[in-house]
Amino acid sequence: MIVSARGLERRFGEKHALRGVDLELGERDLLVVTGANGSGKSTLLALLAGLLAPTRGELDVSVERGAIGFLAHEPLVYRELTAHENLELYGRLYRVPERRERIGMLLERYGLWEARHERVSAYSRGMAQRLALCRTLLHDPALLLLDEPFSALDEAGAAILDEELASLAGERALVLATHEPGRLIALATLELALA
Amino acid sequence: MSAYFGDVAALARKDLLLELRARDTVPAMLLFVVSALVVFRFSLPTEASDLAATGLLWIAVVFTALLGLTRAFAAERDQRLLDGLVLAPCDRSAIWLAKGTSVLAFLVLAEAIALPAFALFFSPIGWETVAAFALADLGIAAVGTLLAAMAAASRARELLLPLLFLPLVIPIVVGGVGASVEPDPGRYLAFLGLYDLVFAILAWASFEYVVTE
Amino acid sequence: MSLRNSAGPAAALGAFALLLGGIALAFLWVPNDADQGFSQRIFYIHVPVALTAYACFGWGAWKALRLLWTREQRYDLESYTAIHMGVIFGVLTLVTGSIWARISWGVWWSWSEQQLVLFLVLFLFYSAYFMLRYSTDPGPRRANMSAVYALFGVVLIPVSFLAIRLAKNFIHPVVFTRDGPQMEGTMFLTFCVCLAGVLALATALYQTELAGKRLDVKLRELRESLS
Repeated sequence: MIVSARGLERRFGEKHALRGVDLELGERDLLVVTGANGSGKSTLLALLAGLLAPTRGELDVSVERGAIGFLAHEPLVYRELTAHENLELYGRLYRVPERRERIGMLLERYGLWEARHERVSAYSRGMAQRLALCRTLLHDPALLLLDEPFSALDEAGAAILDEELASLAGERALVLATHEPGRLIALATLELALA
Repeated sequence: MSAYFGDVAALARKDLLLELRARDTVPAMLLFVVSALVVFRFSLPTEASDLAATGLLWIAVVFTALLGLTRAFAAERDQRLLDGLVLAPCDRSAIWLAKGTSVLAFLVLAEAIALPAFALFFSPIGWETVAAFALADLGIAAVGTLLAAMAAASRARELLLPLLFLPLVIPIVVGGVGASVEPDPGRYLAFLGLYDLVFAILAWASFEYVVTE
Repeated sequence: MSLRNSAGPAAALGAFALLLGGIALAFLWVPNDADQGFSQRIFYIHVPVALTAYACFGWGAWKALRLLWTREQRYDLESYTAIHMGVIFGVLTLVTGSIWARISWGVWWSWSEQQLVLFLVLFLFYSAYFMLRYSTDPGPRRANMSAVYALFGVVLIPVSFLAIRLAKNFIHPVVFTRDGPQMEGTMFLTFCVCLAGVLALATALYQTELAGKRLDVKLRELRESLS
């Protein structure tokens, strides 16, 4: 079990963002988390990533920080740095082996190789999201947490992501939060619907 | 160990690179400190002593530092980037050390302009004043960086940072002004060194808790 | 966590008895101070109040350390309450010190009074503590930041004290001198009784406020689980 949660709860002041969630995730599970906007999907992912602490309940994530890849709502890349510089920085912080090659490979796969020396501020929303995906996958994480990965992606990016997910499913632990589960249901081994 | 300093170097390089591209913080600090000195020149009566002017120099630098510190975590705050850095497996104190180093660099740049300007507008500066500023900068950067991270996490940000910062900067001002004007600067410089040591260690050890839950 | 404020009534009673006794001793029994006469008696309230403020800040910092060590949220409330008490007694220190300065030298404030200046700096610092709490959303993050700030505060106390001692040469020439009273038997006893009384008062107030806040939390939780 890579993730184990019991009675997980997170409150923000008075408001409950997440209440009474139980969860068991294995090393090769693909968990699809569904729910309307505001149902706590992002909060759950942030809790799993370790960015938030639960206000109640138990949460046990057995992988270390460096083995978690988190795709958040924001791309978490510096707008005034180039794609290459951003990935260099993260690659260094995550101690990615053979950094250069890995960065080059990811940039090419996600169609950002040509634009790698342009600042992110010049990117379209779709390109920025693709870069965010590169950042998330850079260190080959054992646990992938993807918060609405398709929402900001363009057509080309979505196609690449579909391929990526298909190859990762069954190889890694994945948690995907989405409000349109359609394309992912086939791959899912677990489902969680948040109210 | 070398991995830790490698992280610090990578992060510091990022901060300096960002400032080099945006070029908003350092020019603002330079302009602010010179303007402040000019205002002080007008606000002091002609018979005012050099000592009073020295005191005002320290004020000018403290508020210039505040200006720089308010911008320190701006990028991380606006784009939620601190999350990205906190998620990484590196020690969180490396973030503090790197950011503190860049704050220190900006402050030294500002003083490189401010001190000569003061010598021009008011009176010459001795080595003790320069040494005092060098030591004070370390303390300001150490404490200010941590407080800037706190303020960035709150709702009131620009309002909160001065309130948190000013009480803690009082000992620095005492040490700095004392070293600049008193005949025996050694005690004050030693005190500044003590402040730096104590608060740098505290900030280094507690930064982790300021940016995580 | 117990809602029963069991220690509270005992501490309150103790505080009442000790303070009553202390004031009686201070006004009726103890001899006049050789240098300053009758006005010196405010010392028996001023210094215990100051020491109690330090104790509260120290207690708050201890609870803060416990919070960071164990990550148990209940320490946040305890730390906050202790610091709140510290600020109240800090303000009292400033007020009693100011009154004493007025009585002794005819001025409401004196920069050469190191104790007063120290408390002014601490007052500013801990007021910012409340600003920090007020402008951050409640949760583990706020608790962490408050705890770190409380630790900074307790380190600031000796550092500021040193700074103010160093500063006395150029902030203000030392015009007034006052030696700490050489406390012989009766004075020392009176001082101890007053100190114990004020500490007991602080404890009683602390327990009461803490119990009240915990009750609030419990009420909120009950309301939440009902809705």
